[in-house]
Amino acid sequence: MSGLHIDKISMRFDLPNGSSVQALKDVSLDLKAGELLSVLGPSGCGKTTLLNIVAGFLAPTEGQITLNGHKVVGPAAERGMVFQQGALFEWMSVRENVGFGPSMKGMPKAEKAEIVDHLLDVVGLQDFKEKAVYELSGGMQQRVALARCLANDPDVILMDEPLGALDALTREKMQGLVLKLWKETGKTIILITHSVEEALLLGERLLVMAPRPGRIHKEYRLPFAEMGVGQDLREVKKHPDFGTTREEILSMIWDMEEEIMGRTENA
Amino acid sequence: MELLGNLWGELWAVLVTLVTAAPYIIGYVLLILLTLVIYSFVKRMLTPKRDYGSLKTVTFGDESAVSSNTAASVVSVVLIFVLWAAFTGSKLLPGFLHAPGPFIGEGSFEYTITTPAGESDTATVAVVVHPTGEEVDAPTVEAGEGIAKNDATAIPVYRSELLRVDRNDEMGRDEETFITAVNGQAIAPGGSVDVAFGRVAMSDKGTLNIIPATGVQMEPIWLPAPEAVWARMTEIATEGFRNSTLAEHLGYSLFRVIVGFVLGALVGIPLGYAMGLSNWFRGWFDPIVEFMRPVPPLALIPLVIIWAGIGEVGKIILLFLAALWIMAIAARSGVSGVRISKVHAAYSLGASKWQIMRHVIIPNSLPEIFTGARVAMGVCWGTVVAAELVAAEKGAGMMIMVASKFQSTDIVLMGIILIGIIGFSIDMLMRQAEKWLVPWKGKG
Repeated sequence: MSGLHIDKISMRFDLPNGSSVQALKDVSLDLKAGELLSVLGPSGCGKTTLLNIVAGFLAPTEGQITLNGHKVVGPAAERGMVFQQGALFEWMSVRENVGFGPSMKGMPKAEKAEIVDHLLDVVGLQDFKEKAVYELSGGMQQRVALARCLANDPDVILMDEPLGALDALTREKMQGLVLKLWKETGKTIILITHSVEEALLLGERLLVMAPRPGRIHKEYRLPFAEMGVGQDLREVKKHPDFGTTREEILSMIWDMEEEIMGRTENA
Repeated sequence: MELLGNLWGELWAVLVTLVTAAPYIIGYVLLILLTLVIYSFVKRMLTPKRDYGSLKTVTFGDESAVSSNTAASVVSVVLIFVLWAAFTGSKLLPGFLHAPGPFIGEGSFEYTITTPAGESDTATVAVVVHPTGEEVDAPTVEAGEGIAKNDATAIPVYRSELLRVDRNDEMGRDEETFITAVNGQAIAPGGSVDVAFGRVAMSDKGTLNIIPATGVQMEPIWLPAPEAVWARMTEIATEGFRNSTLAEHLGYSLFRVIVGFVLGALVGIPLGYAMGLSNWFRGWFDPIVEFMRPVPPLALIPLVIIWAGIGEVGKIILLFLAALWIMAIAARSGVSGVRISKVHAAYSLGASKWQIMRHVIIPNSLPEIFTGARVAMGVCWGTVVAAELVAAEKGAGMMIMVASKFQSTDIVLMGIILIGIIGFSIDMLMRQAEKWLVPWKGKG
């Protein structure tokens, strides 16, 4: 049983005022090793909750998750996570940040140094090895975060809006880097994003989630991630299917947002 | 109601003092503005500015355009010393910059007596005003002719003298003969006449009070000159004060601060961590810490003296308590300030709880702990001086307290300056250590 199996996950919790929230309801998903999944949805659809459950930071009230045949019960090195920003350790240099996972495992120094050097080469930060992370730009910091996650050689990489805080140009470059890393390492990746374009570019599979209760609304299988590997992403965006899919998803999310607004106005 | 009336009276006295001081304060502000005008004029002459800042049209309200001007700092500090020197007649300052000093030297005035018969006669009083501490005899003068006889007296500087000039006259008070004029100007009981060296007043009983001019300089017992303070410092540094040298006094104070602070940090930081990491510990210690934090350490001095006496143990307990709460609160907020994404990241990189503590929580809380340590060191330094003022065998506070009882203003001033310098140095050292040890402060 290789791969990630999300089996009928539900999550419901009580609020201080006595009511309760159904954050997720019956979410099921199977992910084969090496698949790249992007998750999209309006705010409140439970996509970050889903990611936190997969990461092991939250426990679902129903259902379970198995990775390569064993049940997920808490955070572990097999499921690496990349955060939006601010998750680097600013008291460590770039090299120490990337080497954090191996250090925790007590890996011998030489072996660790080799891994760190290799990954810094991959993300293009070899010259910044001894810099403090706060001396780097936002884009560079996210490269460090990616390298730090890869250094642990996880089975699954969970990305919670990793490029959300970057400017448009840097973001485009980083999207290319994510595709490159996916292809080179063959990791299973779940990426959460707010940007429809990013979800289309960085998703072999794309889930659109709906809110209240959080659930899977629609799933797409897309060719753009494969097309984008080693390509100019702007060329991919010119593909006619890209535009139509984008419009379709955008109006889908629009409708959901409208519905939420309407419901709150009536309430 | 009576209390309100009393308080109003006190407030009124304060306001009156403020109004009296107002001209001096205004004068000082004008001086600041004057130096500013001179400085900007000179600056513009010397180096016309062409940098980015000079192109800003909005400077008033632009926080980034305001930085501490070093020249102003230098001028302000120098001015303090100049004023100090000017009003104490310091030898470090050329004489023409001195504020008018007290009269020292010889002078004289004439007084006129009038008998009941209407006769009058005039005699001279020779006055010598000499520096305090010198033994000077009154000059010898001829008695002279007539009813009134010449007199002489020697007065130490800043003092005045009630002199019965008519005591040696042929007819005096008992014969209904009274002094009616000084230097030809009529004088009556309660009145006074200005003379060359000061003032001559007449008491209600008709005795002349010779008051040499005191100028506007400060008497050394109120404010000694800078060089006198320096001389006293070198003297105490070599010979000591109350059986201990200056280094011993300051060393004891520092020793207490450091031991008390280190103990406070050793207990306070783990306590803060426990409060930051466990609901139960936070609930347990919150009431204690929140109550003890606003209690000024100075308020604990009496209790500590009752319990532990005035020796080292008492002082160290006091400083321990002063540092403890500050360090506990700093460590607690350092732990609470850890971004959850950092902790999550560390867990998903395979770190154990202990590794999270060692590699994430502790380094993340160090900046807060350093800030707390700076505050705690400042509070400890203030507290130790205050505790020594109350009761101590040795220490900076004890030194100035004992000196004040003997009106040794020079020692008091020296002590205050040294206490200030040490407090400032501690803060600077802590800042430097912070820069060096936690360069990631504020960069998260």
